[in-house]
Amino acid sequence: MTTPSQTVGPYLSIGLPWPDGPDVVAEGVPGAFRLHGVVTDGAGDPVPDALVETWQADPAGRFDHPDDPRGAVSGFRGFGRCPTDDSGRYAIRTLKPGPVPGPDGVPQAPHIDVSVFARGLLHRVVTRVYFADEEAANSADAILAGVPAARRATLLAVPDESGYRFDIRLQGDDETVFFAI
Amino acid sequence: MTTANRLTVPGYRRDEAGTHPPLLSPGYKSTVLRAPSQAPLLLPHTLTEVTGPLLGEGRVTADDADLTHHAGGEAQGQRIVVHGQVRDSDGRPVPDTLVEVWQANAGGRYLHKWDQHDSPLDPHFTGVGRGITDSSGRYRFVTVKPGAYPWRNHHNAWRPAHIHFSLFGRAFTQRLVTQMYFPDDPLFPHDPIYNSVPEAARHRMVSRFDLSSTVEEWALGFEFDIVLRGREATPMEET
Repeated sequence: MTTPSQTVGPYLSIGLPWPDGPDVVAEGVPGAFRLHGVVTDGAGDPVPDALVETWQADPAGRFDHPDDPRGAVSGFRGFGRCPTDDSGRYAIRTLKPGPVPGPDGVPQAPHIDVSVFARGLLHRVVTRVYFADEEAANSADAILAGVPAARRATLLAVPDESGYRFDIRLQGDDETVFFAI
Repeated sequence: MTTANRLTVPGYRRDEAGTHPPLLSPGYKSTVLRAPSQAPLLLPHTLTEVTGPLLGEGRVTADDADLTHHAGGEAQGQRIVVHGQVRDSDGRPVPDTLVEVWQANAGGRYLHKWDQHDSPLDPHFTGVGRGITDSSGRYRFVTVKPGAYPWRNHHNAWRPAHIHFSLFGRAFTQRLVTQMYFPDDPLFPHDPIYNSVPEAARHRMVSRFDLSSTVEEWALGFEFDIVLRGREATPMEET
C-alpha cells in the first residue's frame, strides 16, 4: 500500500530548489532554449509558491536510465526543477527532446513530462508539454489524439523570442489538461 | 524488450482508490482555487513515464543527513533519529534514491521570509536535509523534533508536527512528496491536511517510536517507511 501524498506547503523553497535545478543543460549548449511560463490559479492569479519539474528524453529520443530497453545513453540529465517566483513564473533551460516510442511502437511527438507541486495541491498534478511547431508529429500523436480538441492547445508550448512559452492554469477557463498517471 | 517494430515496457501499477487525498479538499482552503476542476485524462505509461531522474550522486554529502549542526553550533530542541526503508508496493527496496526533507525548527518556525510566526529562529538550524537510500533502500537523518505551528487556515488552526519528505524512486510514475507525522499527535483530529487523506490510509504517514534506533543519552528514534508504487507484471513477449 503506497504512502499517501501531501502538499509541499508554502515553504517548499527551503528544501527543494537547487542552484542548477533549472538547467537541464548548461548555458551555451547549442540548441538550448528557455521553456518558461506562469502558473496561475482559478482566479487567474499567479501562484508564487509552486515548483515545476520536467522530465524528458534527449534530442535523439533516449534516456539516461537502465530501464530504457534500447540501453541507457549517459550524459543527459533530462530533469529540470524550478520554483515559481513572486509573479508565478518559472523557466527551465533545456533542449527539444527527440521522438520516443509509444505503446504501439509508433513514435510519439516530442514531449516533456511535467509535475507541478504547490501549497494547496495535496498531490502533484501532471501534464505534458508538446511543441506548437511540431504540427506533423503532433497530429500523429496517439496521446494528443485522446485529448478533446478544444483543450489540446493547453498542452502546446508556443515559440517566442527566448524559447517556448508554456503557461500552466491550474483551474478555470482554459484549464491546462492534466493526466492521471 | 524489443521486437522488430515494437517496444514493450512494463508500466507501474496505478494507486488504489483511497490512497491519496482528493485535490479539492475544502477544509484546506488553499485547495479551493488551485485544485483542477476537470477530471484528469488517463496517461499510458510510455518510456517517458517508466524512466525518471536518477539523482543524488555528487549532489549529497554525508553531512547533509545531519540537520542539527549549522553555522558553528548545535540546533535547539529534542534531538531525534528518523530512519526507515523506501520500498515499492511489492516490498522491493528502492536503493540509491534521493530523499529530500525540510521542516520547521523546534519552536515551530520555518526559515522562510513568509513565515512570521511569533517564535524565534534558530541560528543553528536551517531545516533542510538530503540523503540517498543504501542498497537496502534505507535512509537515516539526525534532526530535532519540529514544533507545531499556527497557520491561519481557520480559527485557532495548528499543524501537527511534521517533516516534509520528497522522493523520486526510479521512474517518473513513482515521484512522491508527503509529510511524516509523529505518533499520537493530539492535533490530528483538527488538521485538514492530515485528514484530507482517506481515513484508512492516514496511518501510513505516521512514524513509529522506535526504541531500537534511540541512541542512549543522546537522541530518540522514530521509524518511517515509505512505499512507492510497484511495477506491473512484465508483459509477455508477443509471438
